[in-house]
Amino acid sequence: MNDMTPDREERSANLKGMGCSRKRVEDSRFTQGKGNYVDDIKLPGMLHGDFVRSPYAHARVVSINKEAALALPGVVAVLTADDLRPLNLHWMPTLAGDKQMVLADGKVLFQGQEVAFVVASDRYVAADAVELVEVEYEELPVITDPFESLKSDVVLREDLEGQTEGAHGPRKHHNHIFTWEQGDESGTNQVLDNADVVATESMYYHRTHPCPLETCGSVASMDKVNGKLTLWGTFQAPHVVRTVASLLSGIEEHNIRVVSPDIGGGFGNKVGVYPGYVCSIVASIVTGVPVKWVEDRMENLMSTAFARDYHMTGKISATKEGKITGLHCHVTADHGGFDACADPTKFPAGFMNICTGSYDIPVAYLAVDGVYTNKAPGGVSYRCSFRVTEAVYFIERMIEVLAIELGMDSAELRRINFIKKEQFPYTAALGWEYDSGDYHTAWDKALKAVDYDGLRKEQAERVEAFKRGETRTLMGIGLTFFTEIVGAGPVKNCDILGMGMFDSCEIRIHPTGSAIARLGTISQGQGHATTFAQILASEIGISADSITIEEGDTDTAPYGLGTYGSRSTPVAGAATAMAGRKIRAKAQMIAAYLLEVHDDDVEFDIDRFVVKGAPEKFKTMKEIAYAAYNQAIPGLEPGLEAVSYYDPPNMTYPFGAYVCVMDIDVDTGVPEIRRFYALDDCGTRINPMIIEGQIHGGLTEALAVALGQEIAYDDIGNVKTGTLMDFFLPTAWEVPNYETDFTVTPSPHHPIGAKGVGESPHVGGVPCFSNAVQDAFRPFGNRHTNMPHDHWRIWQTANRLGLHD
Amino acid sequence: MIPAAFDYYRPKTMGDVIALLQEHGDDARVMAGGHSLIPMMKLRMADVPHLIDLQAIDGLDAITIDGGRITLGAMVTQHDLINNDGLSNAAPILSEAALQIADPQVRYMGTVGGNVANGDPGNDMPGLMQCLDAQIKVVGPDGERMIAARDYYESAYMTLRADDEVLVSIEFDAPAGGHAYEKQKRKIGDYATAAAAVQITSDAGKVGSASIAMTNLSDVPVWSEAAGAALVGTACDDTAIKAAVAAMLGDIDPSEDNRGPVAFKRHVAGITLSRAITRAWSRTTARA
Repeated sequence: MNDMTPDREERSANLKGMGCSRKRVEDSRFTQGKGNYVDDIKLPGMLHGDFVRSPYAHARVVSINKEAALALPGVVAVLTADDLRPLNLHWMPTLAGDKQMVLADGKVLFQGQEVAFVVASDRYVAADAVELVEVEYEELPVITDPFESLKSDVVLREDLEGQTEGAHGPRKHHNHIFTWEQGDESGTNQVLDNADVVATESMYYHRTHPCPLETCGSVASMDKVNGKLTLWGTFQAPHVVRTVASLLSGIEEHNIRVVSPDIGGGFGNKVGVYPGYVCSIVASIVTGVPVKWVEDRMENLMSTAFARDYHMTGKISATKEGKITGLHCHVTADHGGFDACADPTKFPAGFMNICTGSYDIPVAYLAVDGVYTNKAPGGVSYRCSFRVTEAVYFIERMIEVLAIELGMDSAELRRINFIKKEQFPYTAALGWEYDSGDYHTAWDKALKAVDYDGLRKEQAERVEAFKRGETRTLMGIGLTFFTEIVGAGPVKNCDILGMGMFDSCEIRIHPTGSAIARLGTISQGQGHATTFAQILASEIGISADSITIEEGDTDTAPYGLGTYGSRSTPVAGAATAMAGRKIRAKAQMIAAYLLEVHDDDVEFDIDRFVVKGAPEKFKTMKEIAYAAYNQAIPGLEPGLEAVSYYDPPNMTYPFGAYVCVMDIDVDTGVPEIRRFYALDDCGTRINPMIIEGQIHGGLTEALAVALGQEIAYDDIGNVKTGTLMDFFLPTAWEVPNYETDFTVTPSPHHPIGAKGVGESPHVGGVPCFSNAVQDAFRPFGNRHTNMPHDHWRIWQTANRLGLHD
Repeated sequence: MIPAAFDYYRPKTMGDVIALLQEHGDDARVMAGGHSLIPMMKLRMADVPHLIDLQAIDGLDAITIDGGRITLGAMVTQHDLINNDGLSNAAPILSEAALQIADPQVRYMGTVGGNVANGDPGNDMPGLMQCLDAQIKVVGPDGERMIAARDYYESAYMTLRADDEVLVSIEFDAPAGGHAYEKQKRKIGDYATAAAAVQITSDAGKVGSASIAMTNLSDVPVWSEAAGAALVGTACDDTAIKAAVAAMLGDIDPSEDNRGPVAFKRHVAGITLSRAITRAWSRTTARA
């Protein structure tokens, strides 16, 4: 209408919509120390809780004497299982269908287990009082090995004695939890028995921990006057926490408000429910004042959810030419003292049945046995979808071992077995329907980018030089091609404690053309306030800078299942797009009315509706928003709001091709990462800068796990890696310069084609780093060595292969 | 990570420090940078009812180079060692070692005196001071006395310093010849898996003198007189280095921990030392 109208390109840029590397709106507060984390919450009269924890991994609790602790000035209460019993809160249900002691009920099953909860007027008094609680223990035999556990007469879970049926079927032994079988056992065995080549390998994926910078904590405030409980906490799924809190406490759900404030990293650590949350609630109900509980680093590493701890045995068969014909996998899963794995209800081993990977494998079989031991409970998905890191590590190691068996280059072995582009949607032997992929294109691009053939040539020359005594450094080339499975639902398959795994978005457009959107997810560093505003900007034509994103308060946000397993963009991101489209549909009617044409005669154009064929006639979204609140439009309600609850029709399947080049000093065991190339395909890319940040973060956590990060126990169940001195958290110094790259294969069923990316680099990174170490020693006879590849274990491999003689 | 209650003192004179130490005996500890002691208190592994901070005492943070004699005040930080040009010329091994201690934030606070005094086998400065044949000055109720760094350490956290004495400075002759501080660690901020401090002089193409000390391979720093002796008079060739390594291996006594088993540590100790000798010797030739 006037000459000042910006051109389309400029209008599009002003939106800061999808595809724009918009700076993170969260960072101005985080970089200035103005974040608001659980431990920042200070309420009038607030008390502080601290735990008495078991020094033993397995012991009977003979007696607990609170007297000295209660005598300390400032101590308000000391809670034990006996105090929680009348409320029936001395045990709590786990996400995996088991139950877990909130406070030690007669015995303890792992070192660091919660025995008593001290409540005091300040944090220091609480810590002093912990030392004054006298607990008498009678030590019991300790089992830290799941294979030994299945043979032992020692009954770890006396509360389950005589129960031959568990939450996931029959229990074979008193320390056995479940057997989970997928696929065709007899068909697989038949193929393996008659195959040209079979490679067999056993591997242990060690126990580690997500170790977010912020530990877990909560503040509970029971208002006895109006009967309302407010609970702030480090929750990756605040709405589910509200439902669980209601079911456990009997407080009606509308009287509970759960708030996840800023969260300093989750990585799966903050999905489950911990005794500290329950105790802070009970203590607030008992005392009538707010109670805060925040664990320290050692408590976090020792007692909150671990990850991995999978003993995996594989058999993979192929023709002489290298075409894979079958795959067999058995897992002995160490779940610790209670089965508190955070998986969808019907998946006791998560999505371990994605272990056929990116390959067209005609027949496969998977069995997982869950076992109790005297270790901390958990089994969370540390920066991955449910058990997908284990699955991808397994198949990518099996591919390498098969390549050795066949005498074939493993890059070529992968290439000839990839699921082909035209096979998608592809149904894998273990049931999953892969929505989309173009693996060959990604693989070729990656190998070309690193000059793969040149690297192999250089490696061969290095081996010769080593044999001649000219160098003591070996070169390893780590390859990985991974397929993730993220974005749980669909509701028909996936639920948590019966709650279907949909997600949600609710949008309100304000009269002046800005907006607020609330989602059922919760950012822990992913940058939701930035990226979800970009999705909306593209969908509804309002600049991302004019859209507030809010999450985490159950009183205001729509119900959702939370953020983990890379589900925010696939599920809540889809809900956001769908809610945006509802807004746009109404806006179209308003625009048509204002432009005095039929609804079908206007079309959306970046930030406005224009009359078809007459682009000079238009109404901007700003004008439409104003009209929605200020004009009586026949047949339309005032206002401009929408809500969408999105149940995804399928998971999304991001994939990627990674290459790591490593130089290893065989005398010291020190690896130097020379190069790390990561190609990711996460479908439609919403914010390339945030994607790159996610990849850097996930790769760094992968480096940590592969090269040293572990929760190690000694024979009597003492945690040997309980501080950051021994638990490896890499710094900038240990991390290489990552090279990132991408292809784009949009998800066909997702409204904007996005697939999720936060966890891909971890899933692909761990086997890639590990394969690089293993590959360096392959020319000297190495088939497989277990992670973590820390200096002494690498040195031990060199020593075992005779390289120090 | 919540320490027990303690009284905090910030005296202005060394006399006041000594008086507090005499008054409280075992219950008092002197704190320099606090980067070893405070974590121990937070873990409740160190019980310190009376904590005496040395930050307010003047004159403890000087670096003095007088002729060929170098004196480091107890409160000189690791950061100061890295950024002092005079020191980098007179004793470059100090900055080479300090750069391998912890990270910049810790080095702004961590002190030479605290590192030497604490007696933690993981600390780098004790071995380095043994290599340099430093003298440690302590002050107590009866005045000052000097203790040789090579005699100072009795066992882990146990030293010849009495409970009512305070380490005030460390002095040594500016070393001649070539130097190297070689350290293998798992990550930034970690203690050594193995570390070697080496000073070598050359005399007409042969090793004139050699001083070798190892860190975190025993419950005390290990000055290996025999390892140094194995090099003297040789051309510092492979045979000589092997002999020095063999002699050193006879003096260390590592124990297994999360850094690895004993066999690994002994192997790495040998590699670390041979690399340190090679580098120190090459610098000798470069200086000659």
